[in-house]
Amino acid sequence: MTRHFREAAIAGIGATEFSKASGRSELQLAAECSKAALDDAGIHPSEVDGMVTFTIDNSDEIGLARCLGVKDLAYTTRIPGGGAAAVATIYQAMAMVNAGLCNTVLVWRAMNERSQYRFGQPHTQNIGPQAGNGTGSLLWCMPFGAQTPATWESLAAQRYMQQYGVTNEDLGRVAVAQRKYAATNPAAWFYGKPITLEEHQSSKWIVEPILRLLDCCQESDGGVAIVITSLDRAKDLKQKPVKIVGACQSIPYNVEVISNYYHADLSMMPEAEGTAKRLYAQTGMKPSDMQAAMIYDAFTPQVLKQLEGFGFCKRGEAKDFIKSGEIDIDGILPINTNGGLIGEAYIHGMNNIAEGVRQVRGTAANQVKKVERVLVSSGMAGAIFERV
Amino acid sequence: MSTPTESTAPAAPPKPTRLAPIVTLDAKFFWDAADKGEFVGEACADCNKLRFPPRPMCPHCHSVKRTVVPLSGRGTVYTWIQPRHPAPFGFKEPPIVVTVELEEGYRLVTNLYDIALEEVKQGLPVEVFFAPTMGNHQVPVFRPRRA
Repeated sequence: MTRHFREAAIAGIGATEFSKASGRSELQLAAECSKAALDDAGIHPSEVDGMVTFTIDNSDEIGLARCLGVKDLAYTTRIPGGGAAAVATIYQAMAMVNAGLCNTVLVWRAMNERSQYRFGQPHTQNIGPQAGNGTGSLLWCMPFGAQTPATWESLAAQRYMQQYGVTNEDLGRVAVAQRKYAATNPAAWFYGKPITLEEHQSSKWIVEPILRLLDCCQESDGGVAIVITSLDRAKDLKQKPVKIVGACQSIPYNVEVISNYYHADLSMMPEAEGTAKRLYAQTGMKPSDMQAAMIYDAFTPQVLKQLEGFGFCKRGEAKDFIKSGEIDIDGILPINTNGGLIGEAYIHGMNNIAEGVRQVRGTAANQVKKVERVLVSSGMAGAIFERV
Repeated sequence: MSTPTESTAPAAPPKPTRLAPIVTLDAKFFWDAADKGEFVGEACADCNKLRFPPRPMCPHCHSVKRTVVPLSGRGTVYTWIQPRHPAPFGFKEPPIVVTVELEEGYRLVTNLYDIALEEVKQGLPVEVFFAPTMGNHQVPVFRPRRA
């Protein structure tokens, strides 16, 4: 392959069903969603020459390549940081195509995260100093009873809430908006099951006084895959190409994933602000160029902080932006229109990225009108997708 | 091995159920000191700057020489929560978990005792004491500072 800069595009997306008990191996989920994404693109699975997943995905590249019959794998890489990796996989795949190193990059994430193990339960096993697992400084939390993602999130989120007078009811409006989207998305686990703010407010405390049950994402079984190739090639494939206008990552000094208590001011999100700054500089775009956004929503406070970090509203104003309906389907910036990780499924952020692709294609269950561009964010990484 | 005096000895205090610290080579000094009831930090032996979490190189001058320094054990509450569900492992009642800003200028995740959740406020002055863990270790925890 001649090496020269090539624009990258998303040519295919694929997923398994989202469930609480898939009844099959994670590798099978990975193979099924990968085959679906390649079929969607109209690319034969043997042609995959690049593979990207999360460091904590349990399936092996060669295991998956053997399922798909990949004839010659040129490049593999994995992204650390748990869910923060989600959009970074797209960033890596874009760079691999840009650099002329790969023609067909397969990104996947597949997990039995409800039936086989549970992210929401105390992580008292295997939380040592494991590099690349997104564990950060969790060893400094474990003896003190902060043993779940919800507790780690809450210890930082409270500073933001105190600073700007954000209440748990304000957080609830994110959950209500996203469950409304999920209710009309047949692929969502919570299809047909919207919630009211009253139901949110009466759901049990998971971490008092920050997160209730309905502020938390699901635990899900399932897999999502995305196929990235050159924009030129994508134009000749089965689907309308979705151009990756830009993608980047930002990990400022003293910031880490989830046990993120050591940077100067916990009321802000330096990684989102850094990603936004870099992404807008790279693309020459601004927040008002986006018609929708897919924002990593493991817990509701992350949505508010990222809305501000990416400049969709000023610091402290996300709660009012949400209250006045701006994240709803007819608002300024519909977000997580699949229901997000809260309403659709928790496939570690990848299902939100797939929804970004559907919005640009014009094929979403809750389709936003006149979409030209969608921003996708997983906090430490972001990308902009564009209609061609 | 039993001895005749054992049956008449006073009941032993209940065994600690709190998880023992996860000790890494670069943070061993912290937990070794805690076992002795000492609350310490790590500073660069060349430029004297404190750093946390512990690490083998100074990010300011890149020296690998380290020194262990005593800390005042005083700080203020920065954030506070009570994990309700699922129950944290190792606790009969869910503890109050806090981040404390130490007088020396960095934060630590720990527990806060002798106060109700509703009474905790940002900036509450606190002081260190030590709580036992499984395996005969101790970890630093905090309570409201006594005047």
